[in-house]
Amino acid sequence: MKLALGPILYYWDRDTMLGFYEEISDAPVDIIYLGETVCSRRHLLRLQDYLDMAERLVAAGKEVVISTQTLIESENDVKTLRKIADNGNFKVEANDMGAVRLLANKVPFVAGSTLNVYNPQTLDLLAGLGATRWVIPVEMSQEALAAVLRERQSKSETEVFAYGRLPLAFSARCFTARHYNLQKDDCQFKCLDYEDGLTLKTREGQPFLNLNGIQTQSALVYNLIGELDTLQSTGADVVRISPQAHHTGEILHLFRECMEQRLVPAQAMSQVGTLMPAASCNGYWHGKPGLDFILDNQLTAAENPAAVPNAL
Amino acid sequence: MRPDKIELVCPAGSLPALKTAIDNGADCVYMGFRDDTNARNFTGLNFSFDNAKEGVRYAHAKGKKVLLALNTYPQADGWQRWTKAIDNAAELGMDAVILADPGLMQYAVKTHPGLRLHLSVQGSATNYEAINFYHEMFGIQRAVVPRVLALAQVEQLMAGTQVEIELFGFGGLCVMVEGRCALSSYATGDSPNTRGVCSPPKAVRWQETPKGLESRLNGILIDRYEAGENAGYPTLCKGRFDVEGETYYAIEEPTSLNTLELLPELIRMGIAAIKIEGRQRSPAYVEQVTKVWRQAIDSCLRNTGMFAVKPAWMADLGKVSEGQQQTLGAYYRPWK
Repeated sequence: MKLALGPILYYWDRDTMLGFYEEISDAPVDIIYLGETVCSRRHLLRLQDYLDMAERLVAAGKEVVISTQTLIESENDVKTLRKIADNGNFKVEANDMGAVRLLANKVPFVAGSTLNVYNPQTLDLLAGLGATRWVIPVEMSQEALAAVLRERQSKSETEVFAYGRLPLAFSARCFTARHYNLQKDDCQFKCLDYEDGLTLKTREGQPFLNLNGIQTQSALVYNLIGELDTLQSTGADVVRISPQAHHTGEILHLFRECMEQRLVPAQAMSQVGTLMPAASCNGYWHGKPGLDFILDNQLTAAENPAAVPNAL
Repeated sequence: MRPDKIELVCPAGSLPALKTAIDNGADCVYMGFRDDTNARNFTGLNFSFDNAKEGVRYAHAKGKKVLLALNTYPQADGWQRWTKAIDNAAELGMDAVILADPGLMQYAVKTHPGLRLHLSVQGSATNYEAINFYHEMFGIQRAVVPRVLALAQVEQLMAGTQVEIELFGFGGLCVMVEGRCALSSYATGDSPNTRGVCSPPKAVRWQETPKGLESRLNGILIDRYEAGENAGYPTLCKGRFDVEGETYYAIEEPTSLNTLELLPELIRMGIAAIKIEGRQRSPAYVEQVTKVWRQAIDSCLRNTGMFAVKPAWMADLGKVSEGQQQTLGAYYRPWK
């Protein structure tokens, strides 16, 4: 299996972003997705900046994919989409069917998870249009993935979101701006103040969701580091880590160590637990509510702070 | 090829609701079968094959259309359930099927080339490139646009496509882009995409506590009501939560979309159809809403320039709105 780093889902200042990728260029990761996928108002890095960064990362030996914005609303959004599709150099992750239209039969692309591929028929169709890889929907279980892979005719790579706060929903409304009683068009870029998003809790204090501008994430961190063997046996080719403000390089390192069997899952789980902004969940992979955490028999709660919410 | 009239598309969660909609002025009704092939997969709702047959007969006898919603994403282990539903739609003489999944569209085109296809709101198409994709690949003739675009954005979108556009005009308001929301499965295991449900009733618990009446979804506290507060269904994006110590409707208030005042603009823009949400609602709701919208559309078509929303219409719609509140939603940009 290959290890991938997803696009940064948060809004960080320019120097932080540039520094982040400088550090990542040395990290044990095979594929890096670059680009603004959440909000068109986030502009501290422009498309050209990402393309320049892509060149540097390729020089460092990485495969680079440019990711498109997920919610395409305005003509400006469409224009950016066209520029990405026509970049002439890098593979593109299509996160909207509009992007697929611009890439189909022209440029090989990655079918992003918001394209909603739930069955082999749709997977084959996208592969026929040039998708060389697909990212499964975040809510897809191991069993459902196995069923898709069993019956498909095409041969694209399968990628699974395996670490990070889950991107669960997209809206026209900005919930970070709403928290400040600001309109989206005058958001004052409040997302810059929340490097890992803004946690929404229930009225009894249970961390539930994580507000990230127009995107709503899980408050818990989806964490399949203890499931690398089932990911492999189910047929995942690529495992995606989603960037967080701190320790991303170390997390990539732990996944790599585990994939290369230099670290057993229980140890990896225990070590990653000290690097997470919140507790783990993995319910989706087991066909349960996403926020559940199913403890595998080879991992015990005692040695895994990541599995115990109160330990963090 | 913009249509010269605007169709009123009303919800039919049952045969009585279907007849009520037709009798009160709907141009089209939309329905689903009794399973997870549609996004209102609730117990006691929807149509058996025979019910659907009677519904189509009733509507067609009055010169009205019936659309079938097959707008969930077929799961790999149940593919035949969705294709069978397409076959049934063709056999029943449905005027169109409303689909979200490209694989299923391909099946429909190959197997029933004469069947008219609409792109469901669950297809998440918010731009003309996406809509044109479905048009070129599968010949979809109409797209239902997610409730996230401002009116000016809808107009821009229409300039880039020949596909007819249907907009939501009234009813429950999804704050998230339809088809791209997994909040429900995160909390309960079931989502609109996979199971045709959001915040499913089987996961709901109500509990009287010393702090007030609590609504929970799979154990997660969605809201708590003090004495005298109106308690609403715990749709998880419409609860009150705590963000940095402040408790409020962090995502959206319990409110209904109501675009009645935009009607002249929608007609001027050449919108093909206005959709009323609410297949899960009663025939009484369908009657009230259909009646008001029929009157409003007729009045607006007679004299668009002089159109004024009657207070009585708003009062009638207010009675059936969620939380008795109404909003223009994203059509009015500052809502965002």
